Amino acid sequence: MNRKVFQLLVDNSSGVLSRISGLFSRRGYNIESITAGVTADPRYSRITIVAQGDDEILDQIEKQVAKLIEVRNVKVLDPSDSVYRELCLIKVEVTEDNRENLISVANIFRANIVDVGPESMIIELTGNQSKIEAFLGLLKGYTISELARTGLTGLTRGNAGVVWLDD
Amino acid sequence: MTGADAMVKSLMAEGVDYVFGYPGVAICPFYNAILDSDIKTILIRTEQNAAHSASGTARLTGKPGVCAVTSGPGATNLITGIATAFADSIPLVCITGQVNSELIGSDVFQEADITGAVESFVKYSYLVKDANDIPRIFKEAFYIANSGRKAPVLIDVPIDVQQQKIKSFEYPEEIKLRTYKPTVKGNALQIKKIVKELEKAKRPLICAGGGVRLANAKDELRKLVEEYRIPVVSTMMGIGVMATEHELYYGMVGNNGFPWANKAMKEADLIMMVGARVADRAVNQPERVMKDTVLIHIDVDPAEIGKNAGATIPIVGDAKHILSDLNEYEIEADYSKWIEELNKYRKEMPLTREAHPGFVDPAEFIRRMSLKMQDNAIYVADVGQNQIWSCKYHVVRNGRFLTTGGMGTMGYSIPAAVGAKLARPNRQVVAVCGDGSFQMSMMELATMRQYNVPVKIVVLKNNYLGMVRQYQHFTYEDKYSVVDLSGSPDLEHIAKAYGMKFMRIENMDGLDDRLDELLNKDEAYLCECIIDPMDLV
Repeated sequence: MNRKVFQLLVDNSSGVLSRISGLFSRRGYNIESITAGVTADPRYSRITIVAQGDDEILDQIEKQVAKLIEVRNVKVLDPSDSVYRELCLIKVEVTEDNRENLISVANIFRANIVDVGPESMIIELTGNQSKIEAFLGLLKGYTISELARTGLTGLTRGNAGVVWLDD
Repeated sequence: MTGADAMVKSLMAEGVDYVFGYPGVAICPFYNAILDSDIKTILIRTEQNAAHSASGTARLTGKPGVCAVTSGPGATNLITGIATAFADSIPLVCITGQVNSELIGSDVFQEADITGAVESFVKYSYLVKDANDIPRIFKEAFYIANSGRKAPVLIDVPIDVQQQKIKSFEYPEEIKLRTYKPTVKGNALQIKKIVKELEKAKRPLICAGGGVRLANAKDELRKLVEEYRIPVVSTMMGIGVMATEHELYYGMVGNNGFPWANKAMKEADLIMMVGARVADRAVNQPERVMKDTVLIHIDVDPAEIGKNAGATIPIVGDAKHILSDLNEYEIEADYSKWIEELNKYRKEMPLTREAHPGFVDPAEFIRRMSLKMQDNAIYVADVGQNQIWSCKYHVVRNGRFLTTGGMGTMGYSIPAAVGAKLARPNRQVVAVCGDGSFQMSMMELATMRQYNVPVKIVVLKNNYLGMVRQYQHFTYEDKYSVVDLSGSPDLEHIAKAYGMKFMRIENMDGLDDRLDELLNKDEAYLCECIIDPMDLV
């Protein structure tokens, strides 16, 4: 099984996301995460999909997605040539005894403490997925009561891969 | 002017002659507006058949077929017809009425989320929110349906949008689709590579699919075949692209195909798939067939190339353009030894089929009937054993062979034949079905009667769902389950009830005279042929 990050530029219209997610479920493709948001040009949205499969499946995903009428551009974000980020919010149960320790772990990872309560704390962490996995690994001794991850998004480095859409 | 008027004007601008459908309140504004136009409406007897009839016209005219039904059950009944067209890449524009847009999502009477429900069977769908968008949406819908990989497009129009007043109607001249630009012309370098591979090949084979017909590339294909004498086989959807009795045509491939055609696929050193998907029924175990074979895959849909078999030379584009570009080249080729081998296979490989004396032999019946049919006749095959017999024994000359190969929807033949006959009233149209598939669309005899559509219907009657019975014969050692059709009506009475001529053929005696009677006049006929219930394809 391989993993690929696809980046789509699509028409910013209703139903696009459902067409794309419907395509994945109906053809039995494994989707790891999907994120969507409007681009600088409000007519388009950028969608980032992380999918898994063997080479033929990943090739089919790219072709089938490209067939959707609203999809303007599909590219694969090559890990060596792209920046990946994910945002993660982690609510951890804390006590008087372990709060300080947790804050120092968070600081090492440049995570932000965005909420502190008497018995809990929310940590915000941004990074590539390995950083997030590493951080979560360090929280093994704590009780994570809630975890919210945005899924991966990314951009290619430099100007070479930029797609300018004209009419 | 209202949204409904704009819908009708859009259809007129697209040159639509027929709308097949079934009204209900939610589509009534449209059916009211259509009275002010020259478009002919056909009240089909169930919505599924509206899509099949539209498919019949689309396949003859090369333009999208149009059907219009009401919301809720009308729309959901249409789905099987849409899915059938989708699987065979037939262009349709399907219009559905929808409940008032204010009420959408509140589960009111006859509301169904049809754009959601058909998502996996349409190329695109619209839910119209403003009647001013109607001209643009219709223009786009017809373009999307009939370009690139052809397919159904659905337009869902809430009743209030149909009633909405608009100031003016202007049908757009141009399409502005930022994100949809299908490839038409094939890559010139790839075409050059094909030429080189053809020159290297000793045993090349063209496998023609339904895409050749959809691209209207029959003549270009025949030219290539005849110029360089390249042998041809076809998929089920590709039947009729070559005349059946052409010396270089070796018939249908696949698990129901001819053994020599499949042997040709196995032994070829170069296979050129044209407008064919390498689908499971046509090429079983593609990795084995294609091993050590140069595979040239010509298809308008890039996603089909490499989906089921890795191509040596993939080439995306319209088959007509690619084949005529290919015909510009001088190819050094002599495949006469390979043709000799193939002719030997065709002559020597046995067909396992045996006739069952005392009954009509469907194979021989179909062959002899098709030889008596008009040169450009349209033969519509249904689904089941009858389909396989039709595929193998029908002789196509300059006519058409229509069937549903992808979805295999029973009951397709009669409504599709109705659509085909309306589109081409001067051509002979014969629908051939079994007694199971006949009863799935028997209600359309009323449509034929009402609009005077003289289609010939041949029912190969064996009192069984024969294809499933055959499967149960082989797989479950004759333990038959739910395949007995013994409650079927007397077709003579059915014919009488619908005012049709009727004949029953019980065996092969005097068949030629019976066929002359069946085919000689341009009149509707119901012909029942008694087949041995135990007959196999």
